[in-house]
Amino acid sequence: MSLTRRDIDAIAHLARLALTEAEIPVYIDSLSRIIELVGELDHAATAGVTPMSHPLPGQTQRQRPDEVTEGDRHELYQRNAPQAQAGLYLVPRVIE
Amino acid sequence: MHSATVAQLSAGLRERKFSATELARDLLARIARAQPALNAFISIESEAALAAAAEADRRLAAGGAPPLTGVPIAHKDLFCAAGSRTTCGSKMLSNFISPYDATVVARLRAAGVVTLGKTNMDEFAMGSSNENSHFGPVRNPWDPARVPGGSSGGSAAAVAARLVPAATGTDTGGSIRQPAALCGITGIKPTYGRVSRYGMVAFASSLDQAGVLARSAEDAALLLGAMAGFDPRDSTSVDAPVPDYQASLDQPLAGLRVGLLKEFFDKGLDPAVEVCLRTALEVLRAQGAVLREVSLPNLPLSVPTYYVVAPAECSSNLARFDGVRYGHRCEKPRDLRDLYERSRGEGFGAEVKRRIMTGTYVLSAGYYDAYYLKAQRVRALIADDFRRAFSEVDVLISPTTPTPAFAIGAKTDDPVTMYLNDIYTIGANLAGLPALSVPCGFVGGLPVGMQIIGGHFSEARLLSVAHRYQRETDWHQRAPEAYR
Repeated sequence: MSLTRRDIDAIAHLARLALTEAEIPVYIDSLSRIIELVGELDHAATAGVTPMSHPLPGQTQRQRPDEVTEGDRHELYQRNAPQAQAGLYLVPRVIE
Repeated sequence: MHSATVAQLSAGLRERKFSATELARDLLARIARAQPALNAFISIESEAALAAAAEADRRLAAGGAPPLTGVPIAHKDLFCAAGSRTTCGSKMLSNFISPYDATVVARLRAAGVVTLGKTNMDEFAMGSSNENSHFGPVRNPWDPARVPGGSSGGSAAAVAARLVPAATGTDTGGSIRQPAALCGITGIKPTYGRVSRYGMVAFASSLDQAGVLARSAEDAALLLGAMAGFDPRDSTSVDAPVPDYQASLDQPLAGLRVGLLKEFFDKGLDPAVEVCLRTALEVLRAQGAVLREVSLPNLPLSVPTYYVVAPAECSSNLARFDGVRYGHRCEKPRDLRDLYERSRGEGFGAEVKRRIMTGTYVLSAGYYDAYYLKAQRVRALIADDFRRAFSEVDVLISPTTPTPAFAIGAKTDDPVTMYLNDIYTIGANLAGLPALSVPCGFVGGLPVGMQIIGGHFSEARLLSVAHRYQRETDWHQRAPEAYR
């Protein structure tokens, strides 16, 4: 199966990725090859097979009580923020 | 000192034959000398390492220090270590300072190790050659024109070149075992849930697992013992006791039922690699192992299954990089959408974008059933194949890779060709099984690895098979000429 420019534009939009003009033909080609590779799965007989939900048999994701266990460390975490002010993350204006 | 194993270094430090500070200085100097040729490190942390070594010397002098006190290691640069940079090989995180320790880092620190730095890797652990790092490719110490494998390529090259006796790594589709094989060292990917993933940068959460790259099974056992165990901070961590891996290393091989993975001794395998494997199998047979061929009919579907599941999980995990809370942010965003799209477009490299887009595609409306759900069904079939096999044999053996290390640049044009490198290693990740790679010979002067896969939580068994093999062979003691 071959993907088109329109497919790549739509995928890039869903993934919130800005692509350059030079990147687009590269991804049309390589994603088409990948989709062809994963197309091999079509031949597998999977009727009645339950999709795997955990790599360990019989295990499910452990849950924990809904209790606060971590202290307030937002000041430390915000040191990695590209732009923060008064304890808030700054982004471009959203509401006009 | 640089050629000593972890076990020998630990003994030497206790007997005060050398100090932790002398050891750290010696290896830091080696790292600095090798860096221009190999590019195995992203961050060399000399100052912090020497402070930790001085502290180790104080603890050793005081007595009662844990066995790994003063032993130098390196961490793959996707483990957070409080106060140090964690880039994950990406421009996106090139300025990210970890606010806390990964559990693996904290446990090894508590066990006394001295971290010399953070190793280079494929960006976000996506790659099989280490050519996808924002910080440049790593070179194979056996031949600088060749790749070291990936994604833990920096860790593998550093251990092979005797820059550190051991290093941490992570394995989502072969990222510990494949570089271990291509660099001639020992690498173990434990059972899913054996080692905490807290503080690791996530790639594909149903597959990611942390492990060790070292020069022998004994050293891997020592390190894994210190890393493994239940962690309430990782919801996939399994609450099961950790056996004493070192104590069971000498377990005899008599009667061990070894299955040879029929599907992996096939036409894709380099005949010279097969010769190394067959010779290695005779070493096991001579010690009483019983060999038979085992077929896992769904295993050839591992690669297509993986390239649906892993990108799907990656596209979801990497959605967190939005240019707002941490990571790269584009200049002068016009609006919020522009901020997201350009920050991500600029911050991620080509392969990471390819995986995010593949994952976005297979999860998108109308394709979810055809791709993602289908892949999870095939994954269940593959896991069933393994389950059946382990009712008949104790371990499964195959080559780790179809060929020895390939040339830098040889497979960068076609991602599918690159993906097929992991054909022998991906199955263990899909089924959550432990697996290791040990050096078992050379082809054209390049190392070749033997993969040993076991049932869930059989790390002790795998390490003992590898150890028994390494007692009879010296492939794991060979060092690249330039780094002896």
